[in-house]
Amino acid sequence: MLKKRASGSAWSWLWFALGAAYFIIPLYATVDFSLRAKRGELSLLAYANVLKDPRFGETFLFSAEMSLLTIVTGIILIVPTAYWIHIRLPKLRPVMEFITLLPFVVPAVVLVFGLIRIYSHPPFMLVSSPALLVAAYLVLALPYLYRSVDTGLRSIDIRSLTEAAQSLGATWPTIIIRVILPNLRASILSGAFVTFAIVMGEFTMASLLVWPAFGPYMDLLSSSKIYEPSALAVISFALTWGTTAAIQLLSRRIPGQAPMAGLK
Amino acid sequence: MAFLELNDVRKVFALQTAVDNFNLHVEQGEFISFLGPSGCGKTTTLRMIAGFEHPTTGQIRLGNNDVTARPPNQRNMGMVFQSYALFPHMSVADNIAFGLTIARTPARETKKRVGEMLALIKLEALADRYPYQISGGQQQRVALARAIVIRPQVLLLDEPLSALDAKIRDSLRVEIRAIQRQLGITTIYVTHDQEEAFSLSDRIVVMNAGRIEQVGTPFEIYNFPRTAFAASFVGTLNVFPATVVDAAAGRIMVDNIALTTEAITTAGVGQQINVALRPEMISLNESERHDGDNQLTCVVENITFRGSIVRVQVRLGNQSLLVDEFNRPDLNVPQTGHQIVLSFPRNACLVLG
Repeated sequence: MLKKRASGSAWSWLWFALGAAYFIIPLYATVDFSLRAKRGELSLLAYANVLKDPRFGETFLFSAEMSLLTIVTGIILIVPTAYWIHIRLPKLRPVMEFITLLPFVVPAVVLVFGLIRIYSHPPFMLVSSPALLVAAYLVLALPYLYRSVDTGLRSIDIRSLTEAAQSLGATWPTIIIRVILPNLRASILSGAFVTFAIVMGEFTMASLLVWPAFGPYMDLLSSSKIYEPSALAVISFALTWGTTAAIQLLSRRIPGQAPMAGLK
Repeated sequence: MAFLELNDVRKVFALQTAVDNFNLHVEQGEFISFLGPSGCGKTTTLRMIAGFEHPTTGQIRLGNNDVTARPPNQRNMGMVFQSYALFPHMSVADNIAFGLTIARTPARETKKRVGEMLALIKLEALADRYPYQISGGQQQRVALARAIVIRPQVLLLDEPLSALDAKIRDSLRVEIRAIQRQLGITTIYVTHDQEEAFSLSDRIVVMNAGRIEQVGTPFEIYNFPRTAFAASFVGTLNVFPATVVDAAAGRIMVDNIALTTEAITTAGVGQQINVALRPEMISLNESERHDGDNQLTCVVENITFRGSIVRVQVRLGNQSLLVDEFNRPDLNVPQTGHQIVLSFPRNACLVLG
């Protein structure tokens, strides 16, 4: 009995080590490589070069801006939709789940060519507008945003809370803003984080719609430099993890949730 | 003109009629319970009063206004839910203040009234806690305070005690009644628990299958149930079929045993009727026997000790009969298998339609 358990735990450690190696070795290799810009010694030269390049800041800011716009638009669009489906149209739930799966089925290249075809001549001349880029990003982020909001809605007794607020005199906008949104903070944050990560690393849309975004910049750098792309990759990893940590911290401080209820 | 009126209210869902032919007049300050099994339409009726459901036909009037089409957020009715439905992201004090904030009550008055409510439910010390940090009973008291702080015209409670354990249920029940009396709020209370309905209500509405079976004071409902359902749903009841022998004299036959009831007006000679008998109306004690009482000799089948009462199950012909005796130290508890004589006055027999 004891022996069996010991061997079981040895197996699980082996699988864990294999899984961890799968992620850690490439990452370690990238870090190691990025530090070898100077022959024969470890240095931060590649990092300095990246940070010195004004395009790094510009593209990073541009993508961050776009991702913030995507997140805000997404919340405005998706929270009331998901809420309404929960409370009034539960039959539409499977339909909505199918729609949110579409971005996985339709490749980004196909989607962006479709957008260019439709929006490059009258009556809709939108190819040069950042609105189209945000809209396209929103499609990519839809599954993650919708699903995390949906999970959040399932985890609270949305109907009773709505009715309690109604009987106390609240109107629909008040209910959404003062009752529903605050209770979805954790799930919105996690959806927002994934959206942020997707938009920061997105290449296809930004490149084909010709925007100076972070993704195309990374691509450009990797075709012209040797050590800098690795440094850039490490920087973007660090930023992404920093964001995750920040969101974990933030959502832990949300009032009204038991300390263990973190990200869903 | 009653304070709250439901006139011919009917609610049809896609597959079934949930509520039908519902007529009720509630006076101001009255405590009314809707009592019935699950699925009898009591919650649907409550939700129609609250405005969460709309009657298919019929009218709901409140204080002389037709409110049938008025949305729930304009009805000024406080609602307490079985699941408490406190806002998880707000402290106890903020939960109570919610309705006042919505109504744009000045901050100073809000603070004063929330303070009064916290004192009323004796939770001043927990004002800054969040719902997940307090017990179920405390949460439901906060929910009650949140519902009454807006000074609702009607307070609606939907099985508010069902999720709580027995002890807290009892103490909170007393508290709800005391607060309701103190504030004089017209209250509708939905429950499937007859004990709650009896101990709280001025009047009880017994419901079954979407219809009202009987409306009356707890005393009337228990002692003079008007339908077989009302009789069997409240309290424990022995019901057996009988044949009328002499309607005017109240003579009936049950499995070849002659019994006497009050005069029967609803059935004629030879007709089948149902007779109901409350277990506590039957006596095993010789000293409680009076002239003209029905007397039966039966065999004891089973004895259950239930604390304040002893329940004796006896066999009478083909029927099984329950007899409740108050538990006293000097009670002569019969033995299983023994023959005993039991008696009950003729007016203990309820002839059901």
